[in-house]
Amino acid sequence: MDLNIIWFILITILFIGFFFLEGFDYGVGILLPFLGKDDRSRRAVINTIGPHWDGNEVWLLTAGGASFAAFPNWYATMFSGFYLALVVMLLALIARGVAFEYRSKKEDKVWRTRWDWVIFISSFIPALLWGVAISNLIRGVPIDENMNFTGNFFTLLNPYSLVGGLASLALFTLHGALFLSLKLTDELLDNARKTAKKLWLPATVLLFAYVIYGYFETDMFSKLGVNPGVTPIIAGAALLSVGYLLKIQKEGWAFIMTALTITFSTITVFIGLFPRVMVSSLNPDWSLTIYNASSSPYTLQVMSIVALIFVPIVLGYQIWTYWVFRKRLSTKSKLEY
Amino acid sequence: MDALFLARWQFAITTVYHFFFVPVTLGLSIAVAIMQTAYYRTGNESYKKMTKFWGKLFLINFAIGVVTGIVQEFQFGMNWSQYSRFMGDIFGAPLAIEALLAFFMESTFLGVWVFGWDKLPKKAHLASIWLVAVGSNLSAIWILAANSFMQQPVGYAIRNGRAEMTDFFALITNGHLWVQFPHVFFGAVATAGFLILSISAFQLVKKQKHEVFLKSFKFGAFYALVGSVLVILVGHNQAQYMIKIQPMKMAAAEALWNTENPAAMSLFTFGDEKNRKDVFAIKIPGALSFLAYNKFEGEVRGINQLQAEAEQKFGPGDYVPPVAISYWTFRIMVGAGFLMLLIAALSLYKAMKNRYELKPMMYKIVFWSMLLPVVANTTGWLFTEIARQPWTVFGLFQTAQSVSNTVSAGEVLFSLIAYTLIYAVLMVIMIKLMIKYASRNVDDIEAEEAEHTVLSNA
Ligand code: HDD
Ligand code: HEM
Ligand code: HEM
Repeated sequence: MDLNIIWFILITILFIGFFFLEGFDYGVGILLPFLGKDDRSRRAVINTIGPHWDGNEVWLLTAGGASFAAFPNWYATMFSGFYLALVVMLLALIARGVAFEYRSKKEDKVWRTRWDWVIFISSFIPALLWGVAISNLIRGVPIDENMNFTGNFFTLLNPYSLVGGLASLALFTLHGALFLSLKLTDELLDNARKTAKKLWLPATVLLFAYVIYGYFETDMFSKLGVNPGVTPIIAGAALLSVGYLLKIQKEGWAFIMTALTITFSTITVFIGLFPRVMVSSLNPDWSLTIYNASSSPYTLQVMSIVALIFVPIVLGYQIWTYWVFRKRLSTKSKLEY
Repeated sequence: MDALFLARWQFAITTVYHFFFVPVTLGLSIAVAIMQTAYYRTGNESYKKMTKFWGKLFLINFAIGVVTGIVQEFQFGMNWSQYSRFMGDIFGAPLAIEALLAFFMESTFLGVWVFGWDKLPKKAHLASIWLVAVGSNLSAIWILAANSFMQQPVGYAIRNGRAEMTDFFALITNGHLWVQFPHVFFGAVATAGFLILSISAFQLVKKQKHEVFLKSFKFGAFYALVGSVLVILVGHNQAQYMIKIQPMKMAAAEALWNTENPAAMSLFTFGDEKNRKDVFAIKIPGALSFLAYNKFEGEVRGINQLQAEAEQKFGPGDYVPPVAISYWTFRIMVGAGFLMLLIAALSLYKAMKNRYELKPMMYKIVFWSMLLPVVANTTGWLFTEIARQPWTVFGLFQTAQSVSNTVSAGEVLFSLIAYTLIYAVLMVIMIKLMIKYASRNVDDIEAEEAEHTVLSNA
């Protein structure tokens, strides 16, 4: 295995970490106005991700930085190509980060309600846009022989990518509801459970619809064949089991299952892409691959050493923080945010 | 208005804005960590109150520092894709390492610190704020390593039509980095020092003569003084370094049209940029040579000669940066630095004598002095980046080549307006919150925290 492949795998891992962790953060943000009926319970909901959301977001920054370092042409083509969509996403991320921090810093009711809606919208937008972005990666976008994106904003908005966006939105929201059912108590816990139950069916339907649609819209079918292999099957089976696990009130397991769905869906997408990182819809030869988009072997070597040392360390202390803040929250807990 | 022009404005606006908050994070994280260490060591409650009071202001600032940073991270790909293709092999590495090594650390442990007051042993909790401080400053080192490469490219070879890294260690031992980082760091210390000093003065004069603010005033004055002295000393070193690696920058900073030996330093020049000559100038003979070489003689090369040299080396073109902007930004930074030195020294003298009753005039000066480091930081960066033009990577790659070729002017205009609007709104909100939390009664903090625990409604 060469370093290009290792880096492709590493970036897959960074995206898995990001979708897994920020996935429930987005979900929590989306559910905020609906779960918390009064101020105190809304605060409890926000505080479940309070200590974690910023650390989780860094997975995205690292994935971005790593693609810049390992596959600069990918970073350059994708980010300049998806320009307007990314601007919208960035505006959402700006508003969201500030909202968590500022929301409870004033006693004012109007102030707090406003920030709650900011949190909702700014979680909703990226949860949707990630599905759109990923779908366009595998469906292919117009890329010319000089690795330049030749489409525009509306090229990205096709029915397939919109279904992908809805699927990621529903999946993250379900994932968030399950996270909340692990972090809350009392009547807030009941609400979270009920919400998760309601969300399961639409999320499952959307994801399966998306997969089937994908067989027609992408070259996944010709790549994976009729028997798609284990990864998508695990992803699908895990999501199906969530319905049952919710019925027997095993939220812990259900959360693990949505985590598996996210993990294995991401893996499936990246396997489908491999060895390409961006598919050209104009000419297969113009696709960006892990070879024509990559950095020099020396840079990949340096970065491999760095990643090998630091990714485990980061994982270690992030897991530790979830352990430190493992206690469930209620409206009576001490709340910082 | 073409895409290049707009992209430059957007880059300038978003980075300058990011750098309003960055120095506060760098300097204040250490200050808060020191305060909490004092509390840990002595058990004195007033240090705890101090930690909480300044910690809150730190958090309000940090939030905007983070969200404006996210824009920066993606901007290279979005607006400067040609630059990213040419430079990614080298430039991506420090950026990725910054995220992996520093951003994870600062953001994770900040969460631990904010939420961990009663969940962690005291020692572990103290460690978390130190990790935030170390993480933030590590992030500064890595991003400055990237920036230093742009000022002085090292450890690379041009292959396959792009710059490729040949020596990673050259990148982190780049001489430019090790004058730039200390300068930015001590500038940040001064920034935080003045913030603490000014707000303490405000509290003491307008609100409460609380022990916490007597202590803070003294601490702030001391911190500001240390920062100011060292930023000036390092700045001097940096200028000497600059003459060697980017002589054109120094020539522009001094509006030195022609080579001189000994070279005079300009106190005030009103020049004619087009015809490259002075209209009116006051100069100190020999002073520039002294600044450059620590002796009153020595050649400092001028703009005309350097332009001719550059044409020989790189082919025909205009290699002169905007002289007036370079000249004035440099002067404003240096001027602010000396004012800061004066005010910090005076404040510390007052504090040592326990004379906290500032006269109205003195109070006004001390209060508004918190803006001086902000001005110096901003003009410092504007100078560093603008006086490097027309290059993005000095001697290798020009700004006009760097811009994304697939992003239209309309798209950049949209993002430019959107970022500017959201940043303006955030600025207003942040200042309001800052004022609210800066004018708090420290003895209420405990009571407010109780509100966090007890059911307030429902
Ligand atoms: C000398 C210091 C310095 C400089 C020149 C820059 N930054 Fe910065 N940045 C920081 C010092 C810093 C910091 C102190 O680490 C921040 C500021 C406040 C904060 O929360 O962390 C930060 C935050 C921050 C974040 C958010 C991190 C998080 O989520 O925790 C990102 C993605 C960037 N920055 C990226 C950049 C890029 C791409 C820059 C170049 C144009 C840049 N910064 C200039
Ligand atoms: C936070 C402090 C910084 C400030 C305030 C700042 C400011 C500026 C300004 C004003 C320009 C525009 C110059 C011009 O176009 O005339 C510029 C250009 C540039 N800077 Fe910086 N800069 C900062 C840090 C950095 C860092 C750390 C990097 C890289 C790691 C960087 C990379 C660039 C690039 C790529 C350009 C070229 C684009 C352009 O010319 O507009 N800057 N910067
Ligand atoms: C009074 C004496 C000062 C001198 C002689 C001085 C010198 C310099 C020089 C020569 C540069 C450009 C370096 C380069 O482009 O290679 C610079 C940049 C800068 N200065 Fe200053 N400076 C002084 C005061 C200050 C103060 C008081 C602050 C802020 C509190 C400050 C903040 C900055 C910043 C942020 C930069 C841009 C980053 C960098 O290139 O280091 N400076 N300074």
